[in-house]
Amino acid sequence: MLLSEYKAKEILRQYGLPIPPGRLARTADEAEAACAGLPAKKFVVKAQIAAGGRGLAGGIRFAATPSSVREEAARLLGSKLVTDQTGPEGEAVNSVYIEPALDLKHQYFVAFALDPDSGEPMLIASSEGGVEFEQRVRMDASAVKTCLVGDDVAADSAPLAAFLDEIGIDAAKTADVLLAARRAFIEYDMTLLEVNPFAVTREGDWFALDAKMAIDANAMYRHPELESLAAEQKLAAAESEAQRSNINFVKLDGNIGVIVNGAGLGLATNDMIVDANGKPANFMDIRTTATSFDIARGVEILLKDPQVRAILLNVHGGGMTVCDTVAEGVAFAYARSDRKLPVAARLAGQNAEWGLRILKDRKVPAKVYGDMKSAVLGAVEMARGGAR
Amino acid sequence: MAILVDRDTRVLVQGITGRAGTFYTDQATRYGSTYVAGVRPGRGGSRHLDLPVFDTVAEAVKETGANASLVIVPAPNAADAMIEAVEAKLGVVVCVTERVAQHEMARVKRALAGSKTVIIGPNSQGILTPEQCKIGVMPTRDAKPGRIGIASRSASLTSEVLANCSAAGLGQSTTVGIGGDAIHGIGFVGCLERFRDDPETDAVVLIGEIGGGEEEKAADYLASVEYGKPVVALVVGRHAPKGRRMGHAGTLSVFGLETAGEKATKLKRAGALLADDASEVVKTVLKALG
Repeated sequence: MLLSEYKAKEILRQYGLPIPPGRLARTADEAEAACAGLPAKKFVVKAQIAAGGRGLAGGIRFAATPSSVREEAARLLGSKLVTDQTGPEGEAVNSVYIEPALDLKHQYFVAFALDPDSGEPMLIASSEGGVEFEQRVRMDASAVKTCLVGDDVAADSAPLAAFLDEIGIDAAKTADVLLAARRAFIEYDMTLLEVNPFAVTREGDWFALDAKMAIDANAMYRHPELESLAAEQKLAAAESEAQRSNINFVKLDGNIGVIVNGAGLGLATNDMIVDANGKPANFMDIRTTATSFDIARGVEILLKDPQVRAILLNVHGGGMTVCDTVAEGVAFAYARSDRKLPVAARLAGQNAEWGLRILKDRKVPAKVYGDMKSAVLGAVEMARGGAR
Repeated sequence: MAILVDRDTRVLVQGITGRAGTFYTDQATRYGSTYVAGVRPGRGGSRHLDLPVFDTVAEAVKETGANASLVIVPAPNAADAMIEAVEAKLGVVVCVTERVAQHEMARVKRALAGSKTVIIGPNSQGILTPEQCKIGVMPTRDAKPGRIGIASRSASLTSEVLANCSAAGLGQSTTVGIGGDAIHGIGFVGCLERFRDDPETDAVVLIGEIGGGEEEKAADYLASVEYGKPVVALVVGRHAPKGRRMGHAGTLSVFGLETAGEKATKLKRAGALLADDASEVVKTVLKALG
């Protein structure tokens, strides 16, 4: 669960991190009014969406006067930001966050994640920070340096000071702050806490200017205090509907609806579709706990999508999701829908024969293929031929 | 010979009395694996599926000589269960539980420091040495004993590849699901090392995907040794959009190399043979074995 910047900052403020004063605004009027309360000569207007890549997509604007804050806010509010992390639909901007624009001497990048080998928290840092750096760090792991910061690491730790020194971050002024951030990272069950930029002003004051906070959805059972935040998370409609039905669903922009059990098989299927010059409309991973009713809702999402022209059903029945359960789900959805898109079906593994019989008996318009590749080619062909 | 588990493996089940625990214990014993005990705090002294149930792992080990465990408990209890098994010095601990919190699994990794226990998972389908030992939830109908080792991050894709292998006469020495989570027990390197030492494994299939660092570590390892056996790698998610979570928690990694294309290139440079897609694995293995 990715938190919007202002919520992440609220949490970090509780841990004593230096955060510039800021105001949330939901209208252009509120944005202009917010400036009066801020000790600033210049302002920055930041779109609040729960996805990264915001700066490059134009979601962060500078404004010299309250009236230009108003203009920038008006432009952002109600618009949709499409970044490389939002998906093709983008994410609607419902609020903006107004902060003083500080006179910065240098921007750094700091983040916390868990080291997958030792299980210790890991401080990740770079002597460069800022909007463009966010892109670079994802491409090039060598752009950052890392330092384990387990429980035994205190603010006066020599290795931590040496690490920060190498980056160029003033350890005497920031070690306390960074260890407070570590505490927030642990106590809030974060999978990632990214402060970019972590910046120093010309006056020598350090600030966490932006914060990206990902809270582990699998740890929500021990964070009832975050339930209201979770409820506000705006997944794309189709994706949240699928989530409720035990299906991981990611909307893509193609025309072949894909029904697959399992994440790896789903990725492999979509690879094959694209290699065959087709375009998947989605990524689907039917979780092992999904019932046939859950699966039916996943299929309905595809049947309702006007862009989808054909369905590819690729199931390898395993120990937990068996073919007949998936076939039942497809049959339910087709019985309830007027839109009978053609299906290219490949069922293998546990209860494959049973699943195929269900498709046939319930008159699902399926063409059956013996292996994955020919089913993919069949679906690509069907999508070209158009919907019936 | 196989790796990690064989017909001498004696399995206890943590969470044996649950619905899933009952179902998969029954399946595994029917398949012919040796299951010797169950653990369920508060139910010690009773029997379930004709196996003795104990309150703690330590008691179960003492009474039955169990040397491996299947952890099949609700996610909030999984870390404690794994740590209990580590403290009881079991050789292999398989956790199939999904949705274990990262900081919980981090706690398990810290408990593993200095231990000889091998954890498989969580969010893994488990480990299977055909006709000898199954610890997990994977299907067995397409598995055949043989000389191919498989290590994989995805259960569904393993079923697909394994079925294709068996159909082509390529049986398996052992199949290991390392799990789909970002923080997990044994990785590809641990599997590769063991398959290399196993005289009954002729070739290894790695099934990787976008995200995480497993494929990179495997490539570094392969580049650092004379492996001596063909390694065939399939890395899926070449056309997945970047930065978005695709099912497995491990597929959204935080930093660095993570695209399937880059992972595949690195593996290839380290000497692995690439299978372009899931249907090419068998062909690539057969070609490598001559």
